[in-house]
Order: sequence, then C-alpha cells, then structure tokens
Amino acid sequence: MPDIRSLDYDVVVIGAGGAGLRAAIEASAQNAKVALVCKSLLGKAHTVMAEGGAAAALGNVMGEDNWRVHFRDTMRGGKMHNNWRMAQIHAQEAPDRINELEAWGALFDRTPDGRINQRPFGGHTYSRLAHVGDRTGLEMIRVLQDKGVHSGIDVHMECTIVRLFVAGGKIAGALGYFRETGRFVLFKTGAIVLATGGIGKAWQITSNSWEYTGDGHALAYEAGAELIDMEFVQFHPTGMVWPPSVRGILVTEGVRGEGGVLKNSAGERFMFRYMPDMFKGDFAETEAESDAWVQGERKKNRRPPELLTRDVVAKAITKEIAEGRGSPHGGVFLDIASKQTPEFIKKKLPSMYHQFKELAHVDITKDAMEIGPTTHYVMGGVKVDAETQESTVPGLYAAGEVGGGMHGANRLGGNSLSDLLVFGRRAGQHAAATRGAPGGASIPDAEVERAMREALEPFERDGENPFAVQSALQAVMQRNAGIIRDKAGLETALSELEALKGRARTVGITGSREYNPGWHTAIDLRSLLVVSEATARAALERTESRGGHTRSDYPDSDERQAREQIVIKKEGDRMAVRRETQPALPADVLKLIKEGT
Amino acid sequence: MTEQRRLRLFRGTRNGGELKDYTVAAGEGMVVLDAVHLVQAEQAPDLAVRWNCKAGKCGSCSAEINGKPRLMCMTRMSDYPADETITVMPMKAFPVIRDLVTDVSWNYKVNARIPAFQPRAPDFPDGTWRMFQYEVERPQEFRKCIECFLCQDVCHVLRAHDKHEEFMGPAMLVRAAVYEMHPLDEADRSDHLRHEGGIGYCNITKCCTEVCPESITITDNAIIPLKERVADQNYDPLQWLWRKLTRQ
Repeated sequence: MPDIRSLDYDVVVIGAGGAGLRAAIEASAQNAKVALVCKSLLGKAHTVMAEGGAAAALGNVMGEDNWRVHFRDTMRGGKMHNNWRMAQIHAQEAPDRINELEAWGALFDRTPDGRINQRPFGGHTYSRLAHVGDRTGLEMIRVLQDKGVHSGIDVHMECTIVRLFVAGGKIAGALGYFRETGRFVLFKTGAIVLATGGIGKAWQITSNSWEYTGDGHALAYEAGAELIDMEFVQFHPTGMVWPPSVRGILVTEGVRGEGGVLKNSAGERFMFRYMPDMFKGDFAETEAESDAWVQGERKKNRRPPELLTRDVVAKAITKEIAEGRGSPHGGVFLDIASKQTPEFIKKKLPSMYHQFKELAHVDITKDAMEIGPTTHYVMGGVKVDAETQESTVPGLYAAGEVGGGMHGANRLGGNSLSDLLVFGRRAGQHAAATRGAPGGASIPDAEVERAMREALEPFERDGENPFAVQSALQAVMQRNAGIIRDKAGLETALSELEALKGRARTVGITGSREYNPGWHTAIDLRSLLVVSEATARAALERTESRGGHTRSDYPDSDERQAREQIVIKKEGDRMAVRRETQPALPADVLKLIKEGT
Repeated sequence: MTEQRRLRLFRGTRNGGELKDYTVAAGEGMVVLDAVHLVQAEQAPDLAVRWNCKAGKCGSCSAEINGKPRLMCMTRMSDYPADETITVMPMKAFPVIRDLVTDVSWNYKVNARIPAFQPRAPDFPDGTWRMFQYEVERPQEFRKCIECFLCQDVCHVLRAHDKHEEFMGPAMLVRAAVYEMHPLDEADRSDHLRHEGGIGYCNITKCCTEVCPESITITDNAIIPLKERVADQNYDPLQWLWRKLTRQ
C-alpha cells in the first residue's frame, strides 16, 4: 500500500456531536479501543447550537408526566409514522440519560426545590425540557467532551471520512483525510458508528453549518445500507430573516416556550386559526387563556397555539406570508417583549438577546423579531434496528440525526438532544459488543487506492469552482424541494440534480492539499448530491402530505400511507426507490396513543 | 444595498506568508466572515478559514481583525468606516496552519490534564442530587465559554512570552473553575493549578475579560478566586500547621 497511515480500532465513531461522543464513551466503557473522528475541532459539532433543551419525562415540574405521555406526544408529533419501538425506548430511557449527565457534571437550571428544571415546548403535553438558559447544547457537549477525554478515547480532529469499506459482507474500515495535511488515513475496524448529523446544507436557507452535508447518509448509502424517510425534512418555523447575511440562523423555540407569540402584519395572533383536528381541545382557544397559561396557571388553562408542532407552525407562517400578511422582509413577527419583562427575557434567553442585538440591531426586550422558516433537521436517515442501532450492513451503526425512524414525519423540539444520548449510548454498547467476533475479510488494496484516486481527481483538472456547483445545488433544493412541493417541481429537481452530477465530476481545485476548503467542498459535494437526490425521489414517491413533507398536489394526509416507508438503496449505479409497510402497532400501544392510557 | 469593501487577508503557512488585498461587494448586515467567504467562493477557493455556526455559539472563527482578537461571525462590516481596509490576521498566540487557520491543539492537551469532575455521593438513593439555582449560577457563567481561545490569544503570558509549557492560560483556568466551583465536586485542583497550570503567571491585567465574546468575567470571577484558593492551601500558616498535624 502506498503512503498511507493505517490504524486499528475495535470501534470507530464518525462524528463528535452528542450522539458520537455518547457512543464513544459507552464503547470505551465496555473496554473497546475507540477512535472518535470528527470533521471539525472537538466541541464544535452542531449539538453546540442546540438551544431549547432535552426532552425527558422527569416529572420535576409537572408530576403528572411519565414516559407514556412522552411516547404518545412523540408519536402524535411524528404523525404516527415513527418506528414505535424507537419512540418507546427513547421516552423510557431519556430520564436516566439526563440524570447521568448531571452525574458527569452538567449544570442544568434548577427548580425551586433544587431539581432539574423543565420548560414547556412545542408538542409536549407537560413542561419537559431540561435546559440551561438557551444554550443547552453547549452544556451537553462540554460535559460529554470532558467525560470523553478522561475515557481513553483517541480523538482524530478535522478528519473527513470519504469511504466505508465492506468486506465479506461486513464493515471492514473507513478511509479519511486530515484537513491540516491533506494526508489519508485508513481506519481498520469491525464496527463503525455513524453520528454525522444531517443534510441541511443542501438548502439555501438553513440553520445548519458547513458540516451538514449528509456525509453519514451518503457513506452508508454507498456501502449498501438502506435509507428511509428521506422526504421528511423539518423546516423550523423560526429562523432569522433579516439582514440577508443571517437569513436562516435559528431562533429557539424556547422563545415561544417562554411566552413569545406569533403575529402577522395586521397584528393578529394567527395561530388560533391553524389548529389541526388531531390537536383540537389540547390548546388554548383565546388569548386570555393562553396568557394565563404563560403566567403560570397551567392546571386550569391550555397551552398557547404557538406551541403546536413545528410542521404545523412552519406551514401556517408560510401561508400567512404567501397571502400577503408577512413582515417587511418576508417573515412574520415573533414578539416576547409584550409578554415578559426585559429581566426575564435576558435571564431565560440570553443568547437570543445577544444574537439579535449584535447581528440585527434589534432589542428583543423592546421589539418583535422578524422570523421565517429555515431548514433545520432531517427525520429520515439510515434504517436501523430499534434495539441496537445497527443498519442493514452488519457492523455499521447509526445514531442521532443520521439514523432514521425515531421521529417519524416530524420531530418534536427537545427530542433530538435526548435522542442523541439514548441511541448514542445504545449504538456504542452494541458496536463494542462485536469486539472479538470473527473478523471480516481484509480490505483489498485496490479499493483503497481507487477511493484515494477519486478523492484527488479534482486536483488533476482545470475545472469549475466547486463553490459554484454547491450554490447551484442549494438553489435547486430551495426552489423545488422546500417546504411546499409538487410533482413538477420535484421532477425538475431530479433532472437538474442529474446535470449537477455531471458538473460535480468536472470541478477543479487549485493550491495544495493542506487545509484547502475548495477541495473539501468538492468532496462534500458528492454527499450533498446523494442526499438531495434521495430527498427528491422519496418526496416524489410519497403522494400525500404528512408532517415535514407537504405536497400542494396532494394536500391531505392519506391514512393508507401513514405506516408506509419510502426506502432508498443503491442498486448498481442506480438509486432504487421502494415502499415498505412498517409492522402494525400492537393493540395496547395503539390504545395508549389514541386514548392516552 | 451593496458597497465595495477592501479586505486585506493573511495568506501563508507556518513558514511565512504575505498580506493580500481583495475587494468584495458587501451587502446589508454582512459580517467579516461573510466577506471572507465571498473571497473564498469567488476569488480564492483555497483560502483557509475555520467556521461552523456563524452565530457566535461555536467559537471556531477567531481571528485578529484590525488588530483586535474577535469572532469573524460576530463582527459586522458596518462597524468600520466604508473607506477603511479591514485586515484579518490569524491568532498570534498559536502556530499558523494555513491562512487564517491556527493550530489550537495545545488547548485540548492542557484541558485533558485538568483533574476530572468528582461528584460527592448522591443525596438520594435514586442517584440524584439537589442543587439550588444560586449555587449553580457561578459555575454556569464559566460554562458559557465557547472555546474560541481569544483570551488565550490576547494573554501576554502566552502571546508575548510564549509560556505555553508553563501556563494553562485564561481559557483553561475558566475550564478548571467550572469544576472547582461546582456544588457537587470534591476534587482538589489547587496543586495542579499552582504547578502544572502556572496560575501565578497571571498578573491580572484583565485583557482576557475584555476580549471574551461571551462576556465571562474571567479575571474577577474565575482566576482571582482560584488564585485565592491556591494561596489558602499553600501559604496560610494555620492550614499549613493543620496539614502537618493531621498528616502525622
């Protein structure tokens, strides 16, 4: 083998956000030799930006809460499309995972009697989100980071994985390169945990950073694993809209959880008009009732309609704007200044206060924010076993956003941070358990050499700028596979993506291999093209509207498709699409969801 | 509304480099990181810059903008007069990898050596503790740290005197302060802070506090109390006598 570093591990975890760190900590606790590989510096992963909190039925604020209610909220929020067993495991194990973080040093905000405080959030019946002001993700990642560095894990920072290898039907390793030097590294291992997050960089208006190019989804797809639910993309209702350079940056749902209300240009609280049948009776019907709830009278009053699930709120905002009732810069108004005192706002939402003051010159304790939907999260991902998080490729696991099924057609806010912990731990545990099993075949040198050659091809060409192709791809997805879709638009997206594949094959790079963002972008493009095509194909196949997937040509939900999954798999050079019906819900589970007991 | 703005960026490696001039069309509300990205997308695809969140939450895009250590994503172009050239340099206290990207791995090594969190036994049989808001607020201030390392960059002990081997720097003192002031923690880090951490090198010039984008009161709330702790443990004659007696 030519000039390449080769490293042996029991478990290689790709991605160092909450799920990756939790998986690595668990695998290490099982005495596995673990590598944690991340595209950025440690502690900079997307988890750091999570603001509102982690959902767990601790019942510290409202004693009525328990895992059954959390499970029911998750299934109803996911529009009954979720892998019910994952949703159940998640609701049952989340409280232990949160308490465990406290044992590792987390400093959550407190209740008056000294327990972990919990805040209300969209779609959750009770106050359920353990939080630290509006920087919960930062707290979680620091705690996990410090636990991780004392666990004997090898961390490989600023290292991008470009290919997974399967030999003898099992995972055998991964090829990556270090950004600093541009040199390749071969990880030999029988167990890989993907924890690479999402795909939001495929759209123009997004809350996601450069890292979110769907690498894990694409690596798994290329290795022969199945992807599910790729049509379900969450557009978060509240992203910044002005000034243009900050468009898409997240405004936490915590603003609404702490009493913020949505208004159109006529000053109307329009959410009262958008109550879906499924949630009728669960939410306040007057402003007075809603205000009383915000002020703490939560037994007698129901939640404000601003706390409906994200899919519902995002679509309502889109409709208000389309019908001419938007704000000057094409959003709607989010107002907390008229509902809470400046002291309260600065205490509960310090980073939102800071963000608007610095980036938009808006004081949110005095004025309303202008907000609009922004690409935020993909519910779809690698198809995994609910108990072990193993994909359809033996030895390949997926946890967190890159895994599919848990959130169904729409994720509830706060369920991601707890998902990372619950399924990160499970993936790490089961990946470590493969240790000592009879090894797969070794990786043929020719495959490694081919993967390296393909990664370096852009240097050989005097071709198009990769940033131009990336930005063209984002425009295609924003225009044709955004919050509202139809057949013609999705077909256009697919044909334009086909053309972009051709352009991506001809991009050229100048400069050296050392920390060269042009090269990094050329490599990320390969992943972006796979996930964009998967999203467009799945969206075309699902002929109904459900959760995060809305078709203007099929505006209603079709109950026959509720439990049908769109499965994507690589067959030869073709992306194959098929439907698969999920197992029926057991009668007791169905009763729990329908009747609440 | 766009206007032509002049940027001067460092291009080079740890072996040296040069300042290069670029002109970009800056739109309303644009921050310095946006302008650097425009250069990268349109004029120099190999321009190296580190960034993630673009919202002041991850601390990746630290640099020196017209001589001041700042986050590029939180510095608006309109903070500078339209005719002023905006010069962006990599952080000086760390070795350059390429262009605006520096090698900050030293911080991670220093952090790994800080003695780990050690909680007291749980207060209740279910393994939980009780802590009150007034108790957690002090360490919560330090947990706001986004590890941008701007305080390390501005600290003269590291920046001018290159004492990376002997002094852990303000960012890592803040990191130690989280656990030292954590209501549940029982570990004693004063020996570590005094010897390996070199806390005595800090002479309280408060430059770190000034540059902190999270407004953490680094010197007053983290470093000075840690210095007092170290002094109490090592220089208080009564404590010295007590230790002497109890050891025998």
